[in-house]
Amino acid sequence: MNVRVAVQPETERRFDRNAEDPRSEDFHDHLFALEEEGELVVQRVPEPFIEVMTKYGRTKKIPLDQTWHHKSCGQCGHIPGYSTSIIWIVRKLGYDYLDPTDQTSCTAWNYYASATSNAPAQAAVAHRNFAAAYETGYYPLIHCGTSYGHYKETREEIMHHAELRKQVREVMGKLGKPLVIPEEIVHYSEYIHAARNMIAERQVFDFSDIGVCIHPACHYYKLVEEDAIYDEDIYGGQRTATVTGVVTALGAEVRDYSTFFDCCGFGFRHILVSRDFTRSFATLRKIEVMKEEADPDVVISHDTGCVTTLDKSQYATGVAHGANVGVPVMSDSQFSALAMGAHPYRICQLHWHSTEYRPLLEKMGIDHEKAWAEFQQDLEDLKSGKKDYLTWEDIEN
Amino acid sequence: MGLFADKYPDVSYEEKLRLWDEVKADARFPDYLYGCYECGICVSACPSARFYDFSPRKIAQAAAREDIELIYEQMNDDVWNCSQCFSCNRCPRQNSPGGVITVLREVAVNNGLKSAAQALEGYSRIVYKIMGTGTQVSPDMLQPDAFPDWGPQVKQVSDELDLWRRALPPETLHTTKASWQVDERTLIELYLIWYNTGVMDMIANVDEGLNLILSDVMEEMLEEAGYEI
Ligand code: SF4
Ligand code: SF4
Repeated sequence: MNVRVAVQPETERRFDRNAEDPRSEDFHDHLFALEEEGELVVQRVPEPFIEVMTKYGRTKKIPLDQTWHHKSCGQCGHIPGYSTSIIWIVRKLGYDYLDPTDQTSCTAWNYYASATSNAPAQAAVAHRNFAAAYETGYYPLIHCGTSYGHYKETREEIMHHAELRKQVREVMGKLGKPLVIPEEIVHYSEYIHAARNMIAERQVFDFSDIGVCIHPACHYYKLVEEDAIYDEDIYGGQRTATVTGVVTALGAEVRDYSTFFDCCGFGFRHILVSRDFTRSFATLRKIEVMKEEADPDVVISHDTGCVTTLDKSQYATGVAHGANVGVPVMSDSQFSALAMGAHPYRICQLHWHSTEYRPLLEKMGIDHEKAWAEFQQDLEDLKSGKKDYLTWEDIEN
Repeated sequence: MGLFADKYPDVSYEEKLRLWDEVKADARFPDYLYGCYECGICVSACPSARFYDFSPRKIAQAAAREDIELIYEQMNDDVWNCSQCFSCNRCPRQNSPGGVITVLREVAVNNGLKSAAQALEGYSRIVYKIMGTGTQVSPDMLQPDAFPDWGPQVKQVSDELDLWRRALPPETLHTTKASWQVDERTLIELYLIWYNTGVMDMIANVDEGLNLILSDVMEEMLEEAGYEI
């Protein structure tokens, strides 16, 4: 087998960017003009921030401190180590954050699945959350790739359609909230990408033996593509740098495969009511191709649906159809947290994942048996009533 | 006349035209379709095209040609196959066939098309979850009979659910009926959004029973908070 290692894409074609002459308008010009006209308020990225390059060569500010954690339904509901790892990393880096209860889902999973909503409702849900963050003084950090994608869509719609803007402003008025929009819509994986060197400085396990296949999330870089991070040093600036950047910074080996650009098969409605499609696509177009071409130790992605789909689809296709599967799947936040010494169960919560991950932990040098015993003791403490909950303080002390 | 045989001759041309006019009236539509080269780049990127008799190129073509009969057929037979991944946004004509599909679906729901109601059968508990609790899925949905294909680990999660949730360090995640703890005030604001943007009417068009259940839950909370519906 010939393992393909990602350095430069195998193509002669190049996408050359020019920040002076980008292919799309700079949405900031519109936002600030609307703000000046008193139509809306733009929440500025607080300092300190890190500047990165986006698809068309513009600069995007990624805030480090005072982040308002806009959580994800599927992460918190079904793979909670995903979001726990994000927050743990922020805590470890020593930055302030807020984990709000005044937050709803973006509701876009449902919208893309069932269309039982409309543009004004979707924009109003987005702006209610933006206003809730603004009221606290913290800056929205979006955990879900679909929320991130959908919020970029609603931003485009709000900027370009005065009638919609008026309608949403009226709804916000009924809630007693202003129409606020963040200067940048920031995905948590961009935070991790921007902070990757700080994360690598705190690395305690050697990942140089770990082979990784990366699955980039469609709603991150295909939906309103101009906000996604690119970097000339990563894939020659030809693919999004997010995820690959941190995996490389941690010294792991990124292995390329031919269906990198394919979606995972989540399908929004399919994962819930037509999972035969989801399973087939995830297996035939992603996991089996990765296995055959790159034989990774782990698949790393940066969105709720992708991690869920790629992890959960492997059981049935492996057992029932003998498919060439069996690769653990996790988020860049879990992977980074493990590198920094996070507990695989208390923080990364890997026991919620389906595909066998213990050989990977062993290869990383992590003693999962000891960790599991510690976690079982935590559960005993909860069962016996010694503790009601496990807290950050419990696990950090 | 369209290029293909009309698959729904019992539905009048005027009715099909009326639905198409609704699609075109959506403010987003002009940004989703600029014509079509028929290059097929969208199809090569499309996951649904690999597994279904489905083509974003045909959707874009029918819309660009304003083939009223074919659009009606697609609105019934095709749009629910789309994965809404937006891989088709790489279209060199700057189209978004996936975006066109979003609008087609919305018009289908708004007009209570039977195919839309059928596509959403089995899905109503999810709509209830998102609209009623403010989060799309909940930990207690992880039941082995609901996800038999996800392996034995689902049973372990469901057996240990309460304990495992209490073992999560972020205190917002101790919930089992919602993905995270959402404030009551926040839910009230969400309900006000549904009522003030016509979403409750959309639900009534495809699932009257669901609309009644949701209205019960929401109106009680809204009235208690002093809002008239
Ligand atoms: S990629 Fe665009 S132009 Fe080409 S067939 Fe699809 S919609 Fe038409
Ligand atoms: S959004 Fe729909 S039509 Fe477009 S590529 Fe994805 S599945 Fe295909």
